[in-house]
Amino acid sequence: MITQPSWEIWAVIVGLGVGSFAMRFSFLGLVGDRNLPPWVLRHLRYTAVAVLPGLVAPAVIWPAATGGDPDPARLSAALMTCVAGYYSRNVMIAVIAGALTLYGMLWLLG
Amino acid sequence: MSEATQKAAFWLGVRHGLPFIFLLVPFGTLFGVVGTEAGLNVLEVMAFSIVVIAGAAQFTAVSLMVDNAPTLIVLATSLAVNLRMAMYSAALTPHLGAAKLWQRSFIAYFMVDQAFALSSVKFEERKEWSLSEKLGYYVGVIVPVAPCWYLATLAGALIGEAMPEALALDFALPIVFLALIAPALRTQAHMAAAMTSVILALALAWIPYSLGVLIAGLVAMAVGARVETWQEAQQ
Repeated sequence: MITQPSWEIWAVIVGLGVGSFAMRFSFLGLVGDRNLPPWVLRHLRYTAVAVLPGLVAPAVIWPAATGGDPDPARLSAALMTCVAGYYSRNVMIAVIAGALTLYGMLWLLG
Repeated sequence: MSEATQKAAFWLGVRHGLPFIFLLVPFGTLFGVVGTEAGLNVLEVMAFSIVVIAGAAQFTAVSLMVDNAPTLIVLATSLAVNLRMAMYSAALTPHLGAAKLWQRSFIAYFMVDQAFALSSVKFEERKEWSLSEKLGYYVGVIVPVAPCWYLATLAGALIGEAMPEALALDFALPIVFLALIAPALRTQAHMAAAMTSVILALALAWIPYSLGVLIAGLVAMAVGARVETWQEAQQ
């Protein structure tokens, strides 16, 4: 349970809000329409595929819901999402494939 | 720059943003439920979703507060989770940097994973788009996404009781992110970046405060760029 006094909770909300906005605004606000050098652009092309897989990998291998133990249902759901997304090139098909696999496996494994 | 093409881009954005409702509703509801369960009141839970508007960081903050972590650690860790947004900002700058200051502030506030993922891919694909078309598309994506996030949080906060575990809502986020990444793996450089990110994030998971993910992301970006340079040299 959260037992912090109200002002500490609000300090987290406001601090996190201001900090998040600062990061979102950073380059867009300060660099504006000046051109970025090509090597920066080349790196930025890979931001999404570089950050998001790392963000989800631990949650796929060590899901919090099972106390961190690898779980066949979540592993197969992750795999099916990737396979369906890669071959269909369609985000929604990938989500549906992943969700169906997850619920199917959870049901099968009881 | 005509209003008609901006409108077309706007509606394209709305169409592309709409499917995320199926993901944001469970995810936002989950945050509302988890936050309320953790002892936050409805106002505090809503303030998180409106002021911060970043799911992963919100969950991080709440779980650390439950663990009674000091406020400074809560802030530093949750902001580290959100550092990727600085990269989003940098990646969108070549496309949207010429917008007016108030427009850039608006873009920045709504720079969520879905808005970045859809627009960065679309802007690369539609290089001929003018600034007004790009703005139209971005706003279009946000229109279904952001209100959905607020309302789902409110619904979750009002439900405020344990969701059945069988729903496995914990796994909504990984599925969303993987579904976004997989279709974007167009080249070997993308593959190399993604694999590096996964392997390093797992290998560095022991580093506290989500710093492992950050390091993995930065190295993976460099790997993607390096592979792209090699492939260009071979041609």
